[in-house]
Amino acid sequence: MEMVNRPYAAAFEAYAVQHPEVLCLSADLTSSCEIDGFRDRHPDQFLSLGMAEQNMLSFAGGLGLAGFRPFLHSFGVFLYRRPYDQLMASVAYPRRKVRLMGFLPGVTTPGGMTHQAIEDISVMRTIPNMTVLEAGDATEVESIVAEADRVDGPVYCRILRGAVPRLFDTPIRIGQMRVLAEGEDVLVVTAGITTEEAIRARGALARAGVSVRHLHLNTLKPFDAAQIVDHAASVRHGVITLENHLVTGGIGSMVAEALAEAGLARRLIRLGLQDTYAHGGSRPYLMKHYGMDALSLVRAVERLTGQATGIDEDALGAVRIDAVHSIVKAEAL
Amino acid sequence: MRNEKTTEEIARGIRARVFEHTIRNNGGYLSQACSAAEQLAFLYNEGLNLGPSTMPMVPPPFGGVPSADNPDYVTGAGYNGPFDAVHDRLFIAPAHYALVAYACLIEVGRMAPEGLGMFNRDGSSVEMIGAEHSPGMEVHNGTLGIGLSTAAGLAWGRKRMGHSGQVCVFMSDGEVQEGQTWEAVQAAAHHGIDNLWAIMDVNRQQCDGAMDEVMTVGDIATKFRDFGAVVAECDAHDLKAMRAARATPHPGRPLIVLAHSRPTQGMESLMSRFPRLHYVRFKSEEERARMNIEIAAELGVAPVALEAH
Ligand SMILES: Cc1ncc(C[n+]2csc(CCOP(=O)(O)OP(=O)(O)O)c2C)c(N)n1
Repeated sequence: MEMVNRPYAAAFEAYAVQHPEVLCLSADLTSSCEIDGFRDRHPDQFLSLGMAEQNMLSFAGGLGLAGFRPFLHSFGVFLYRRPYDQLMASVAYPRRKVRLMGFLPGVTTPGGMTHQAIEDISVMRTIPNMTVLEAGDATEVESIVAEADRVDGPVYCRILRGAVPRLFDTPIRIGQMRVLAEGEDVLVVTAGITTEEAIRARGALARAGVSVRHLHLNTLKPFDAAQIVDHAASVRHGVITLENHLVTGGIGSMVAEALAEAGLARRLIRLGLQDTYAHGGSRPYLMKHYGMDALSLVRAVERLTGQATGIDEDALGAVRIDAVHSIVKAEAL
Repeated sequence: MRNEKTTEEIARGIRARVFEHTIRNNGGYLSQACSAAEQLAFLYNEGLNLGPSTMPMVPPPFGGVPSADNPDYVTGAGYNGPFDAVHDRLFIAPAHYALVAYACLIEVGRMAPEGLGMFNRDGSSVEMIGAEHSPGMEVHNGTLGIGLSTAAGLAWGRKRMGHSGQVCVFMSDGEVQEGQTWEAVQAAAHHGIDNLWAIMDVNRQQCDGAMDEVMTVGDIATKFRDFGAVVAECDAHDLKAMRAARATPHPGRPLIVLAHSRPTQGMESLMSRFPRLHYVRFKSEEERARMNIEIAAELGVAPVALEAH
């Protein structure tokens, strides 16, 4: 598996220099959000707003009114928790073309409760006019910049930083989920960092004779309920969602809503944070502790199918992850 | 509770511990130890009326988050002594100063040195960004700008209950960029909350570098006065001046002590990294080895014995 270093930094710079109406805003987390190079090389396109997020959100609304398309950079949590009212009134309601680049989503930060955006999807997707995207690999991080900027209104993106694995070879397209496997036993729905976990689990599950249908979501709003329902209808045992987020309000809830509205009776297991705050720690530890890792997924598959797989930590560790070059359904990429 | 060590010795001990930790882990909030060592040493050793710690010297592992299903949940407040009517409370508002605060707890005998070895370890309560359950932390503050408001509310409540204990907030100057800080001072002044005081580490630094480059904040002493606080200023590395500033009468108003500090105090070698001081991660093994020797010499301690690479 190829690891890409700081994919956002290069992609943002390459895009922004081509689009003078794009502005780069930062709230005192410039190098943490990989835009320090951009600040140094393109100071005229960079606005330092300091550690003052409420002001930054309304300020961005004003820039939008003036015809600019500001990209706001901070940890995801600081883009909506404190400045929620400003987000609503200055950005979402008037449909400003404000691009919220939320770094360190969910448990990808060791910073504990105050730094972990664990309810951002749930909050953002309930906001009228908002688009919600989540990058799951380096290719999606690279392509999310241009894709987000196509949105005619505000958009919130969950961004991965640092060394990011490359799983996909085609860019993110709003509204197009990726069908990563077309198995018939269980449907697994993932996004962001949980996709890699599911790919790992799939390798072991395939050897154990479980056939998994795997969807990777990069567009959380608008949500393609019809496609989810079609996939859910084509598996024997049921659906598992695995998300780097609370299970309430996020992908688990979206899938539940889709199934209920379609009147499709399928068992659903929602993996993710179960109505709890997380705490500070490394990403692998947190994913394991809160049941968001590959092994948790395997156990959930066993619960759905009623059959033990014999898969343990070692079996998962042995799975090699290759880039997802040839995917079953090319048109679904 | 008074310590046998002098406040100066405690401050030196804080710098030495944070230095050692940073060298060992190839990263840490080192410049915060430079700027704030005297302030935290002062608070724990003489500025606050704290009872003896009620918590084990070796911090317990992470015991879960607040929840109805977690009746045994405790915060780290017990490290600052019992919560009773007569003792003071302390909030560390910039929770990324936790490493410095933990080092201080060790120096004043409230935490075992092993506690620092648990820093940022999986499953530990000694978290990198001090959490409510981390030693010496009483409330969650990692989202900057909320500490003073919480303290004002607690202070108002304690006044109403007739407590003689006061409420103190250790603040960072980056917090003045957040609007909430000003709302807190405004409310504290309006309600005459004078059992509240803060000491702010005015190091003029923030994540992105020098505050003047990131977001100019102007004359914060005048701003605080205009919002209704009594302001006293001191050199953050001059304990006599700090004592005098703390002693400033502030009837009917909160007191804000602006402690003007240097982000490299005691470790001048760090100047070679200026203005990138917020989180010190050495760029190379060479820099790490050089800083190990240079800073150790400045602190008058032995260089950290590093494993061979
Ligand atoms: C509300 C909020 N926004 C952003 C951050 C990220 N952050 C952590 S420390 C910091 C600024 C540091 O400046 P200061 O508080 O003065 O601390 P110092 O530079 O002295 O360490 C920022 C922006 C945060 N913790 N909370």
